[in-house]
Amino acid sequence: MDEMRYETPESLEDAVALLAAAKGETKILAGGTDLLVQLRAEMIEPELVVDVKRIPGMLDITEEDGGFRIGAATPSAEIDEHAGVKKLWPGVVEAAELIGSVQIQGRASIGGNLCNASPAADSVPAMIVAAAVATVVGPDGSREVPVEDIATGPGETSLAKGEIVASIFLPARPAHSGDAYLRFIPRTEMDIAVVGAGISLTLDDDGTCTDAKVCLGAVAERAILVEDGAKALIGTKVDDDALENLAAAASAAARPIDDKRGTKEFRTHVAGVLARRAAKIALDRAKGN
Amino acid sequence: MAKHHVTTTINGDPYEFLCEAEETLLDVLRDGLQLTGSKEGCASGDCGACSVMLDGRLVCACLVLGAEVEGREVETIESMADGEQLHPLQQKFLEHAALQCGICTPGFLVAAKALLEKNPDPTETEVRYWLAGNLCRCTGYDKIIRAVMDAAVDMRGS
Repeated sequence: MDEMRYETPESLEDAVALLAAAKGETKILAGGTDLLVQLRAEMIEPELVVDVKRIPGMLDITEEDGGFRIGAATPSAEIDEHAGVKKLWPGVVEAAELIGSVQIQGRASIGGNLCNASPAADSVPAMIVAAAVATVVGPDGSREVPVEDIATGPGETSLAKGEIVASIFLPARPAHSGDAYLRFIPRTEMDIAVVGAGISLTLDDDGTCTDAKVCLGAVAERAILVEDGAKALIGTKVDDDALENLAAAASAAARPIDDKRGTKEFRTHVAGVLARRAAKIALDRAKGN
Repeated sequence: MAKHHVTTTINGDPYEFLCEAEETLLDVLRDGLQLTGSKEGCASGDCGACSVMLDGRLVCACLVLGAEVEGREVETIESMADGEQLHPLQQKFLEHAALQCGICTPGFLVAAKALLEKNPDPTETEVRYWLAGNLCRCTGYDKIIRAVMDAAVDMRGS
């Protein structure tokens, strides 16, 4: 194997130029909690690793238009400790909090979670229902990409050569809105989602649901939006009938594989159960603000 | 490819070292700098035996590249005791016999210290969740939890 190069550019332009100029495999290093494991296991043998943490803004959380812009390499622990983000998008924060141990939290980023493109990534369904938008910078300038359009399959993204996710924007939200993320694992900590479910919803002053997003993780090749799940909630008071319809829509949308973590049948059922439970939490939160 | 020349602070002291791009901080600490208190268990971030503090955050040294710590501050288990004076956590681990083979112990101590600095009065549940990233295969968890709870009482009293 050729020797790996490690670079620490101090601007996005320099990082993009390094990635674009490399002939062989390149990898971006944020928290490294996936990358270093892959390196050690020789699953990857990159010619170049670009550490983006010295680029201004990559580790920052800033308020913007009533929402928050989160630098792509910001460790989960920083997001967990940010009262503003927690108040606005508690579901995103609780999803980020589920990623690994305290040690992993000290490094793992939502940008990395997104670009590692595991179908079971916990923060991704939560970000998708939050209508989060990734700012992607590349050789041809910058573009805004909805988070659901980044991962295309296990370990695969829509990013072109030289492109970097610089930040993720969590938008402002109307009054009476709530979100939540739940996952199923066979133990209480330190595991990979068998199924994950993110829900975001908005109520009007009478408590009728006017907007909803439903996203499932670990039941397809990537996190999937469930349009029929959202339709099951919109126009209702999110009562038991609506929740039952939501669960049915979530199970119908799930197209999981059988593996050591769970069977197709189990995952399909649990997708409905978690969607319903997450919706109840999101509903309580929406009523509380 | 030339090695990386890294200038950093470890346990309050200035350090300089050379490392290859793919060398981890754990490799550098143990093999390069002879700071062998941090242990290698899984080398994949699952066991916590290599827990260190990096700029005040608890991390696994096996998941950090050596070259990444340029200009940053690292704290390892070697900084825990003050000369011959054990840290209260170390003392309580001895009193409660909270170790058998000892491989996981430095990681547990570093992680527990990070918890008590953030939360001096944790519940047992909080201690158990915080230490979920540290594995003990001698299964001494119960004694470890009791030692941490007892050390917390001591540290609040002093």
